[in-house]
Order: sequence, then structure tokens, then C-alpha cells
Amino acid sequence: MSQLTARNLSLAYENNIIIENLSVDIPDGKITALVGPNGCGKSTLLRGLSRLLKAQSGGAVLDGQDIWKLPTKALAKRLGILPQGPVAPEGLTVHELVAQGRYPHQSWFQQWSREDERITREALEITGVLEFADRPVDTLSGGQRQRAWIAMTLAQDSEYILLDEPTTFLDMAYQIEVLDLLHDLNLERGKIIVMVLHDLNHACRYADHLVAMCGGRIVAQGDPMQVVTEEMVQEVFGMECRIMPDPVTGTPMVVPLGRSAKLARQLDLVNECHVRVLASA
Amino acid sequence: MTAHAAKTASSNTTRILGSRALLLPGLLLCLVLLVLCLLWSITLGAADISPETVYTALFNFDSTSFQHLIIQTVRLPRVLSGVIVGASLAVAGAIMQGLTRNPLADSGILGINSGAAFAVVLAVFIMGDPPLSVYAVFGLIGAAVGAGLVFTIGSMGRGGATPLKLTLAGIILTSFISSFTTAILISDQETLDKIRFWTAGSLSGREMSLLAQTAPLMIAGLVGAVIISRQVTTISLGDDIARGLGQNTGWVKIVAAVVVVLLAGGAVSLAGPIGFVGLVVPHVVRFIVGVDYRWVVPYSAIFGGILVTVADVLARVIIRPQELPVGVMMAIIGAPFFIWLARWKVKR
Amino acid sequence: MTAHDPSKPSWITLRAQRPPFSYRIDRRVPLVALAIIAFTLVVLVLSISFGEYDISPLEVVRTILNVNQDHPDYANYALVVHTFRLPRIVLAFLVGAALATSGAIMQGVTRNPLADPFLLGVSAGAGLTAVAVIVWFKTLPVSVLPWAAFGGAIIASILIYVLAWKQGSSTPIRLILIGVALQAGIAAITTVMLLFGDIQAVQQAYVWLTGSVYGRNWEHVQALGGWLLIFMPVALLSARSLNVLGLGDETAKGLGMRVEPQRILLLLISAALAAGAVAVSGTIGFVGLVAPHVTRRLVGPSHEGLLPVSALFGGALVVLSDLIGRWVISPSELPVGIVTAMIGAPYFLFLLVRSRHG
Repeated sequence: MSQLTARNLSLAYENNIIIENLSVDIPDGKITALVGPNGCGKSTLLRGLSRLLKAQSGGAVLDGQDIWKLPTKALAKRLGILPQGPVAPEGLTVHELVAQGRYPHQSWFQQWSREDERITREALEITGVLEFADRPVDTLSGGQRQRAWIAMTLAQDSEYILLDEPTTFLDMAYQIEVLDLLHDLNLERGKIIVMVLHDLNHACRYADHLVAMCGGRIVAQGDPMQVVTEEMVQEVFGMECRIMPDPVTGTPMVVPLGRSAKLARQLDLVNECHVRVLASA
Repeated sequence: MTAHAAKTASSNTTRILGSRALLLPGLLLCLVLLVLCLLWSITLGAADISPETVYTALFNFDSTSFQHLIIQTVRLPRVLSGVIVGASLAVAGAIMQGLTRNPLADSGILGINSGAAFAVVLAVFIMGDPPLSVYAVFGLIGAAVGAGLVFTIGSMGRGGATPLKLTLAGIILTSFISSFTTAILISDQETLDKIRFWTAGSLSGREMSLLAQTAPLMIAGLVGAVIISRQVTTISLGDDIARGLGQNTGWVKIVAAVVVVLLAGGAVSLAGPIGFVGLVVPHVVRFIVGVDYRWVVPYSAIFGGILVTVADVLARVIIRPQELPVGVMMAIIGAPFFIWLARWKVKR
Repeated sequence: MTAHDPSKPSWITLRAQRPPFSYRIDRRVPLVALAIIAFTLVVLVLSISFGEYDISPLEVVRTILNVNQDHPDYANYALVVHTFRLPRIVLAFLVGAALATSGAIMQGVTRNPLADPFLLGVSAGAGLTAVAVIVWFKTLPVSVLPWAAFGGAIIASILIYVLAWKQGSSTPIRLILIGVALQAGIAAITTVMLLFGDIQAVQQAYVWLTGSVYGRNWEHVQALGGWLLIFMPVALLSARSLNVLGLGDETAKGLGMRVEPQRILLLLISAALAAGAVAVSGTIGFVGLVAPHVTRRLVGPSHEGLLPVSALFGGALVVLSDLIGRWVISPSELPVGIVTAMIGAPYFLFLLVRSRHG
């Protein structure tokens, strides 16, 4: 049983329906990755789960309560969301940015408690941005910047952290750095993480639970070890591939065939024949 | 601001005249419409004149007829002034919007109107009561100096003349120059009295000689605009893309700036500052013909002509026998339209 | 700055146990604020001492402190200082403070560094009604003018907000576009009045439109002062919402902010502050634009410190501009609004030329 679920959820932008009548459970204590091709509705679903987008019908439910009926700050204390590609105002320091995460815990007159101070510092330490705390966010590298934003969401002190494509536009090394950080947050701090990911291999590696979407529907969900199959990738992404175990983690690794790969395989066969012929000769 | 510009530019790819084959007939149709507006405008005035008389006055002039004289010496120059001013302002606005990729750009923004206004106010302050032709000379000089200042300051510093910097330099210099204009106006009542109608933008009392003096500038500007229209299309996609396509963006910008000064400077020296034409017309035109400036420029010219002609007719009839300056009329028409545009088009 | 340990917070927290209260400001705020206050006091004394009837700065201070009653010219001094010059200068300070705070809020809400308090139609609305009173309804008593201006300002800003409203929100971009358009439209109507009005009144209207504190008295100070006492605290307490809004609407929603009501509240505060200032002084430009910019460089972008320091800076700027306006072509004087534009515009152009981003 899970606490965060969507029940018969329909989402639309203006009159353009993206998701219709979708139900999904976000399992407790795990990292959930939403994957699918562009325009499949994965980001839309994330927005629907976090109240950034109002449902046409149905709704998202947290602990049996419709999230739209909860007071905004009460929801924010339980569920934080990091939108895609957020931009900090020029000159805002990392420390100031992370401090903004305390917003739902403050009131008009109690604007900065000692607890706010402590948790902000903790968030800076955990995400490893303490050493840049004094620098403006706009002067950081992509990976550092993304960690600073995650620190802000962490300072929100919510059990759920939702992230929309947290690794997009980052260099490979930074992508792994960010995903490792999220993994640690899940493992050590018990944060329930729901994220939209572009890269299926990253999703297989870091997610405990995978939700694969296509055309606004859920095609498959479950442990990546079970659900990531060649047929599933074909259905969701319309792409031929081979699945093999990741040499490092043993999780499924998707290797696209593409045209050049087919060609290479044929060449391999030809070579193999040659070798055999030569060997038999 | 620039992000928004990119957004509108990309959303402008949908257009009403979907097929290219319709573009030329459409243009001719609009031209006919413009001519009809002109004739209609000539018939209206202190005394209404029948269309037949207008026709004979134009093509079979009788110097003894009072009505013919009025048409030839008063109404025709006024109407022609309106057309060329409208065409110039609209085309200047279209080019500026393409160049700065700022959907809010118009000739008011490059310091042209405020420069012209300051120069004219200064001329009246010093000379007392100069004829309209002196207004025109000073207006043109002021416009050129204003635009030159904006362009120079906008190109200084790192990165050269970026759209945002040009826009900002224009807005700030405009208010800077205007503060000097105001300083003169509040210290000298006579100047204020003489100049207040001019600063609102007006076509009244424009004679053929004044038109002959300023029209060549605007015609040269219109020709220039047609010539560089293809380059403006490229540059409106972004500096990097334009450079990637092998365009010398620096030169195009300078030529375009000269064209804009000729057009808007000529217009302001003839009619005083008139707003909204340069802002509104290119938006409408892009909605009809798309983002190819080879079509945007001619369509803008004709639509601008129609718009100012109609506004001038309204300005003359709405509080007869008095008349409103056409600049005020333009703002009264243009503001609601622009509000509607912002509500309807800006999704974010 | 460089000597600062990056892991230590760069702010100071003001706390009270009872009633429970805490407020966080950048640690540069107190020093900068003190410097501006000291500067303002010096300019204030100079400004009072300067004029047709010269009073030495020392006697100005003594008159204000009321310790020179034995001076032979005391009666004159007291009259000039207390009745003519001091109220005008105090009013200049309050007007500057109100405009600067309003501008800082505007820029925060629209996330646009070029927004100023008049973006919301305050100047256009006030201009229309004020010019109507000056040019058309000349028989009305002078005391009607501030109220008319105030009403016009508030109505126009509400109108812009309503027109920008669509599908449950009014985005910053729509606000800006509609603000620009509506103001041009209103300005056209104002122009009609200026065109056909009696030239004497029109000139007076021009001065009002430029903004001036000439001849203002303690009644004006009391009115605006009281107004600021209501709205400044509300603005300061809302400052942290501006910080969160600055991260974008979506992030703000994620942090549990009800973005649209908050934005309305902030815009209302901003409009109210600017309308109060405009009502007593006419439309003084550039203060609301420049003061927040300079202040941001001095104390950083967090609004808890930015708003109060902007207010001080704006006040100082208008007091200084008023002195310059009285001095530069004395014995006649320039309206303060012209001076703020002449100071503000070059500063902005300088920023523009130096900017890294372009």
C-alpha cells in the first residue's frame, strides 16, 4: 500500500488532454523513476502528483487525502518538488537559496527560527555544497548548481522529493553525481524520491521502481529487473534493442540496435565465417 | 524579454494566408483598399465633397473651383502625408522588431521620437515661431542624433549591440532626453503653447511643399527596407544563426538602423511623434503573412497607410468642427487592440 | 567579503521571544543603512540652509534641536526651517522611500529588473485624474488634487491587473505588456486635456506630471507618513515571499506558496505605496527604478534587507535631487522629477555599458 497515489487522474493543458484516467501508486521508501519518450506525459504526471497542474478529473491522493484539499503549506511540508531547469535570481548565494526551502515552515512573524538555521546548514552539508555556500548560484557549474537546488528541496524537510529531469543539460559526470546524491538521500535519510528521467539506463540503475509511460498511459511498472525487457522498450520507445546486465551493477542495460549496430553485427557474422573458413583450411 | 521574443517568433509560424500563392493577390487587394480609404478620406472635411468632385479635382483639375483648390492644396497633401507616415512607421517598427527580436519595439523606443521632440522644442524655444519646414529639419536632426546615441550606447561594452541592450538604452535615453524637453516646456509657456499640438502627432496643415521636402527620405527608407528584408528575416532568427548562415550581422544592423532612421525620422519630422503604428501593424501583418520579411515589409507599409488614414479620418470627424491630433487617435485605437493582443496571444 | 567563512551564514537574525518574532537580514544591511542615514542627514542640513534666505548649517542644526532661542534671528530661522523647508524635505524623503520600496516590490514580483512602480499604471492613472483636476475642474479646492491622483492611481492599477488576468493567473509578462498598452492609452486621453486646456493650467499640469515637492507642508507629511506606517511594515513582512517568488512560480508553488493571492497582495502594496507618493508629489520618475538596483549591489538580492535599504536610498536620492533642483538654476528651481531623471538615466546607461550579460 502506498501513501502517494493517483486515482483516475486526467490532466490537460488548456484543452489539450495529455493524461486520461490514469492510476498509479508511488511505493513507500523507494526511488521511483518515470520514463518514456518525449511527450508521453511523464512530466505532466509529476506535475499532477505535486499540484503544479490541476486535474481535469480524478486526483492525486496523499494519505487518503486529495492533495488539492490540503493547505498548501501542509502539503509542502510533506512533498517537495524541483521543477525542470529552475533559475535563481542573479547574485543569490547558495546559502540564501537553500534558506528559501524553509518557506513552508515559517509564518509572518516567525520568519527565521533556530531550527530553520540548523536544517539549512544540514542540507548544505548533506549535498556537499557547504564550501560554495557564499557563492552566487549563477557562478556555479551545472552539477554544483543542481546540488544547490536539491539542497533547497532538502531544506524543505519533506518525506517526498519530486524532481523533473534533474540530470538534463548536465555533463555525464555531473549526472551521476546528482543521481548518487539522490540515491544517498533515499538510503540514508529515507526520502521517497520520484523523478522523471530521460535516460533509461540511469533509471534502471538508480530506481527501485520504474514507471514506463507512452501516449499518456502506463505501459509497465515495477522493479526494473523485471519490467525492462526488449519488448517493453520496443513498445514504449519504438526502438529495437538488446538488454544485457550492467557490468557494474547487474541491473538491466539497454543497448539500442539502430542501423549501424545491425550492420556491425552482420559484419561480425561475416568475420566469424572468415575465421571459421581459415581455421578449417 | 528576449526569451519572450523567441517564444512569439516561434509561435508566429502559423498564419492566415497559408498558401504562398495568395500572398501577391492579397497584397494587391490591400492596395486597392488603401486607395479607397484615401478617396474616402479626401471627401471628408469641414465641408464634405462628393466622390465625383474628388475624382475630377484629381484628374481634371479646375483652378477656378474652390472645392478643387481645397482638394489639391489642403486635403490631398494631408492624405498623402498620412499614407507615407503610416507606411514608414509600420515598416520601421517591423524592422526594429526583427532586429531587436523585441515584440514591443517601435520607433519610440530607439530614441527617435524623443530626440526629434527635443530638437523641435529647442528650435521653437530659440527661434520663436518657425514654419513647419524648420520643424521638419530639426525633427530629422534630432531623430538621427537620438537614434545614433541609442545605437552607440547600445553597442558599447561587451557583446556589442545585443537586442536587450539596444532596447534598454532606448528606453532610458528616451526618458533622459524627455526630461530636458520637459525642463524647457515648464520654464517657457510660449513654447509649450506652440508646440503642444505638434508633440501629440498631427497631420493638420501639412502642405505639398513640406511633403515634397520629407517624402524622399521616407521613400528611400522604404526602398532600403525592401532590399534588406531578406537579411532581416535571417537576423530575426538570432545573431548566431544569422552568422552561421554567413551573414555579416554587424553591417546588416547598421544598414537597418539607417533605414529605420530614414523612415521614422522622416515620419516624425513630417507629422510629429505618432505611436502605436509601428507597434501594432507588424504584429497584425505577421499574423497574416508569417515571419518572412520580404512579405512583412510591403504588407506593413500598406496596412500602416490604411491605419493612419482611417485614424486621421476619425480624428477629424469625432469632435467636429475641432479635430484631434492623429497621434492621440492612434493611441485610443491602438491601446485596446494591444491589450487584446496581449491577453489573447501571451499564454504564459 | 573574502575573509568570510563560507560555511557561516551571511545574514543576521533579529529575534524576539515574546511576542515570538524573527527576521533575517543580510549582514551588510546595518552598516549600509547607517551610512545612508548619515548621508541623508548631512544633505538635509545643507538643503535647509540653502535658499533665498541663507541660514548657516550650524544654525540649522541648532534650530531643529531648538537650542538657539537666544539668537537674534531665531524667529525667522524657526519660521523658515519649520514652516517652509523642513516639511518639504521630509516629504521628499518619504516620497523617495515609498517609490523605492514600491519599485523593489514591482521588480521582485515581475522578476524584471526594469519594472518600476509606474509599470502598474499608477502614474498614468494619477496623471489623468490630476490633469483633469488641474486643467478642467479649476474651481475645485487644491486639497482635492492628492485625492484625485490617488484614486486615479489605484483604479488604473487595479484595471491593469484585471485585464492581465486570464485562466486563474496574471503572469508577469502579461502584466508588463498590458501595463505598457493601457498607460499609453490613458496618456493619450491626458494629452487631449493638455492640448485644449488653458495654457497656464497646462503648464501647471506639466510640473505636476514631472513631480515636485514645491510648497508642500506638514499636512502632506502627515498624510504620507501615516500611509507609510500602514504599508511599510506589511511590505517588510512580505519580503520573504518576494524571495520565493523570485525562484519562479513553480518552485514557489512547490514550497507551498499560494502564488496568485500572494502576488495580488504584493502588487497591491506596491501600488498603494506608489499611489501615496504620487498623490502628494506628482509622478517622480527613476527613483523606483534606480534605488533598488543600487541597493541590490550594496546588500544583495534578499528582499528582507533590500526593501528597507532601498527605502532609505530612495529617500536620500530624492532629498539630494531636490537640493540640486533648487540650487542649479537658483533663484528659480527645477522640479525634482527632472533632476532624478537626469541623475538616474546616466547611471543606468553606465550599468548597461558595463554589464556582462548584454
